[in-house]
Amino acid sequence: MLKKLETIKSKALDELKHIANVTELEAWRVAHLGKKSELTGILRSVATLSPEQRKSVGTLANDLKEMLEMLYKDNLSAMKEQLYEDMETKAKDTGKGEKFDITLPGRPVSAGRLHPSTRMLREVCDVFSSLGFQVAEGPEVEWEHYNFDTLNIPADHPARDMWDTFWIDQRDEKGERHMLLRTHTSPMQIRVMEKTKPPVRVIVPGKCYRYEATDARHEAMFYQVEGLAVDEHITFADLKGTLYEFARRMFGQDRKVRFRCDYFPFVEPGCEMAIDCFVCKGKGCRLCTGTGWIEILGAGMVHPQVLRNVGYDPEKYTGYAFGMGVERIPMLKYGIDDIRLFYGNDLRFLKQF
Amino acid sequence: MKAPISWLKEYVDIDLPVAELAHKLTMAGAEVCAIEGAGGWDNVFVGLVLSVEPHPNADKLHLVTVDVQTEKVTVVCGAPNVACGQRIAFARMGAELVDADTGKKSKLKKAKIRGVESQGMVCSECELGISQSHEGILVLPADAPIGATLDSYLGDAILDIETTANRADLLSVIGIAREVAAITGKPIKLPGLDYKESDTPIASKAAVEIADADLCPRYCASLVTGIKVGPSPMWMQKRLAACGQRPINNVVDITNYVMLEFGQPLHAFDFDKLAKGKIIVKRARDGDVMATLDDVKRELTKDTLMINDGAGPVAVAGVMGGANSEVSDKTVNVLFEAANFNPASIRRTSARFKLRSEASNRFEKGLSPELPVYGLRRATQLLAQLGGGTVVKGIIDVYPGKQPERKIELKLSKVERVLGTKIAPADVKRVLTSLGFICDEKKSDELSITVPYWRTEVKLAEDVIEEIARIIGYDNLPTTLPSGQLPHHAPDPMRTLRRDVVDILAGCGMQEIITYSLTSIDALKRFDREVKPLKLENPITPEQEYMRTTLRPGLLSTLAANLKHEEDGVRLFESGRVYLPKKNDLPHELEMLCGAMCGPRHQRSWHGDGGNMDFFDAKGVIATLMERLGIDADYAASTDKALLPARQASIVVGKESIGIVGEVHPRLAEQYDIASQTVCLFEIDMEKLLAATSNEKKFQSLPRFPAVLRDIAIILDVETPSSQVMDIIRKSPLAARVTLFDVYTGKQVPQGKKSLALSIAYQSPDRTLTDEEVDKAQGKILERLTKELGATLRG
Repeated sequence: MLKKLETIKSKALDELKHIANVTELEAWRVAHLGKKSELTGILRSVATLSPEQRKSVGTLANDLKEMLEMLYKDNLSAMKEQLYEDMETKAKDTGKGEKFDITLPGRPVSAGRLHPSTRMLREVCDVFSSLGFQVAEGPEVEWEHYNFDTLNIPADHPARDMWDTFWIDQRDEKGERHMLLRTHTSPMQIRVMEKTKPPVRVIVPGKCYRYEATDARHEAMFYQVEGLAVDEHITFADLKGTLYEFARRMFGQDRKVRFRCDYFPFVEPGCEMAIDCFVCKGKGCRLCTGTGWIEILGAGMVHPQVLRNVGYDPEKYTGYAFGMGVERIPMLKYGIDDIRLFYGNDLRFLKQF
Repeated sequence: MKAPISWLKEYVDIDLPVAELAHKLTMAGAEVCAIEGAGGWDNVFVGLVLSVEPHPNADKLHLVTVDVQTEKVTVVCGAPNVACGQRIAFARMGAELVDADTGKKSKLKKAKIRGVESQGMVCSECELGISQSHEGILVLPADAPIGATLDSYLGDAILDIETTANRADLLSVIGIAREVAAITGKPIKLPGLDYKESDTPIASKAAVEIADADLCPRYCASLVTGIKVGPSPMWMQKRLAACGQRPINNVVDITNYVMLEFGQPLHAFDFDKLAKGKIIVKRARDGDVMATLDDVKRELTKDTLMINDGAGPVAVAGVMGGANSEVSDKTVNVLFEAANFNPASIRRTSARFKLRSEASNRFEKGLSPELPVYGLRRATQLLAQLGGGTVVKGIIDVYPGKQPERKIELKLSKVERVLGTKIAPADVKRVLTSLGFICDEKKSDELSITVPYWRTEVKLAEDVIEEIARIIGYDNLPTTLPSGQLPHHAPDPMRTLRRDVVDILAGCGMQEIITYSLTSIDALKRFDREVKPLKLENPITPEQEYMRTTLRPGLLSTLAANLKHEEDGVRLFESGRVYLPKKNDLPHELEMLCGAMCGPRHQRSWHGDGGNMDFFDAKGVIATLMERLGIDADYAASTDKALLPARQASIVVGKESIGIVGEVHPRLAEQYDIASQTVCLFEIDMEKLLAATSNEKKFQSLPRFPAVLRDIAIILDVETPSSQVMDIIRKSPLAARVTLFDVYTGKQVPQGKKSLALSIAYQSPDRTLTDEEVDKAQGKILERLTKELGATLRG
């Protein structure tokens, strides 16, 4: 038995010298250490031997097994190491004898993008959503009733001059026109309040239109975001707080804001919010036309007549509303000098965002 | 409205620097959009032109000798209007002047012009930065003191104020002075309105009758006799010019001056041209005609309020005077009109005549009927002073529309409810009093407030609250976040879908665009000859005259424009509305999705460009979109005229077609000049897409047993759609997935036949399939393919 072990040992060691690759090594392992190998057979039979034989054969066989296993592991790792080294050598080459050039361009992937207005609308809506505002949308072709009358802007009122209007070519029996392209998102204030009871907290993104010759600063079509909050205890201080929070999230935590008195017929008191110029930090530069401040939006407390127009009791409810142009924000942020680029859709412009 | 600081100072003390005052006015609502600096001229003086000689070496230049009191200097000057005896602005070396060509300031240096040294310069308005005018030199009034610095004579800061549509009172220097007084806490000083009168009562000479009192609440008139028409004094001309009014003669200048000062428009009639010395205020009759001051014959209607004399119309009330009663050089007796007219009526009339005057602009904003008498007395006083006439005793004052003073009850608790903070009663009173309001304490929590007559727009407690807030300063009010319950939040499913769709398409490598909703009829007719889109009544250009009924033209023209400069493939999409007219209602604003693709599949690179995009690239995008949205879509043959026959398919969900995908017909592509390449287009009705999405996603457990992959190749008729093959395979209960990996026609395949190579994954949810089971399933599939489609297994 001991002799047999001796033979196994010398055979295994002898064979190991001629092994050239991992496959052969694996075959070697199966032959000498596998379930059907002679050594395994001997180890299995140890239990049947006499006590003294059991000890000597057992020890020897186990030692041999350990030794062969060790040899297997060492050889395997040495061979793998060799393999990796070979692959490293090969990797330097393209396979066609050329050096592998990592500076060659990668395989192009066609990258799509969203329109800058879409992205800006999302940003604005996300900020207000996180402040508890719901997003609603409304018609772009609108009745004069919603766009003007119920917003406290009656016909023949000079405030109508604030909104140059595209009218739809349709007249009633009296020869009067009533359908128009909304000049602001504010008609949705009325539509939302007509449909819901307070508390209301809603923002309205959407396209608006102004009867204006286009130039670098004016576009006949543009986006606005309207905001409206109505409840029993909404105050001007809340309006300031909401818009301040918006300005900080949109333009940076250390942004300063200022509110000045302004006039919109559907709010009272009315205001305009400006932020300190993010280019010059309020010192005055070209962007802020030397004032240090950039106008961002118009706002105010919902006019009691507007509340009455939708059947809300102005003695019980108060609210605030605000509206802002959307294109203006990226124009300021990125220094875009012509609003017409937005809907001209030149890829050389769109790809910059 | 322009307000020179020097003029404001007549009514209120100003000790703030101009910039700070401008800031305070702006914050309180009167936005100072510019401070026009007439002034700050170093080394510029008033000079007298002593002689003008020709330049020895240049025809168009002169040698001008100027007396600046301390010395006499000679300068070279090219201005055509320079003349002996003029008082001019003379700049010495070192003066900073604006270069007329570049618009930049630079220091005046010694220079020889055509061989003659110029010792300075005679300046134009442009060079002084007063205006753009560079046609000639600035000629100063004859009373300009020779040798004085120009700053001391002409220097002033002028506030250019953009007033809001509600504040008619701010369209006057006194109105702005009142604002300054309230902001700075200074008292207001108003000009005295006294003058001497003759003994003849005005009633014996002139009469006023208001026939339509609804349009004319008040009409005041005064009469000044024996005046001499001539230029107004320089101080008045300077102020008018500073406010953008052209001086004409003393009478007209006085009406303009008083309008600027008090905000009350006035009209001066040549009294001798008024038949019977009578003024009748009444509506015109349809068809009446009158020639206005601008020499235009205006046809009148019964909506137009007219000023008539004993014989006929002499002015369009509040808008423009008539040529027949105009003040001329020969006028000796002047009747001043100071009236109040209905704002809406004035607005309609001025809009109809396209006549926007300084007067109509003030009237339509709503002036106080208390104001005319102040303006009238001021104008009468000035004319007696400056025109040398005699004022006939008294004024005519017909005032059918007198209103009681406006009172507003203001609860201090309401101030707190709106502003979110308590304002001390003393502060409320201080602020309101400074603005001219009168506050009476009714109860401890309530004030009775009398609104000053000039604040016609202050009608509600909220208006008074704004007054309090803006004078205290919005920035001095607290900043909080709304408390209270959040309203129920229900996301709009269309918004959610749109967000998903645009994200998926951008992920597919497509660029989102947003095109104009307004388009031309031609652009729409390319797609539908019968189209009846909504039309604008007042388009700006024919290119933007109609509301689009399809997104296709926007996509294709944007594609065409970009292909001109893009070397790589272009993939565009738009998610937007189309506007489908409805009878007697707003249009249906249908949300659509449209995409267009053209050019090489991959960016050009050393890896190759993969050929040009075709139908299957567009279909691949649609398939990805549908898969991501969890929609099972089929594709059926379609007949869209915009697309190439056979290379188009309608996208079908259930039994409904929700859109289309295909290659653009060259006939159409030609019109966009892109017919040389394959252009793919897709279009989806978002409302139908929304209906096709189901929110109920259900988890499917992962397969626990391995799939067996088998490839087969079959030969079948070229005409047979591959979808039929796929459908048959998918019907096999064990076929979990099938991939078509090759389509071949050619040498090894008989004429009229094609070969399809498919890879089928067989899988069962409850066991590992044996070879026999797979063989059997595949056998059944082949059997059906043969029976139903005449397919044979390719050897």
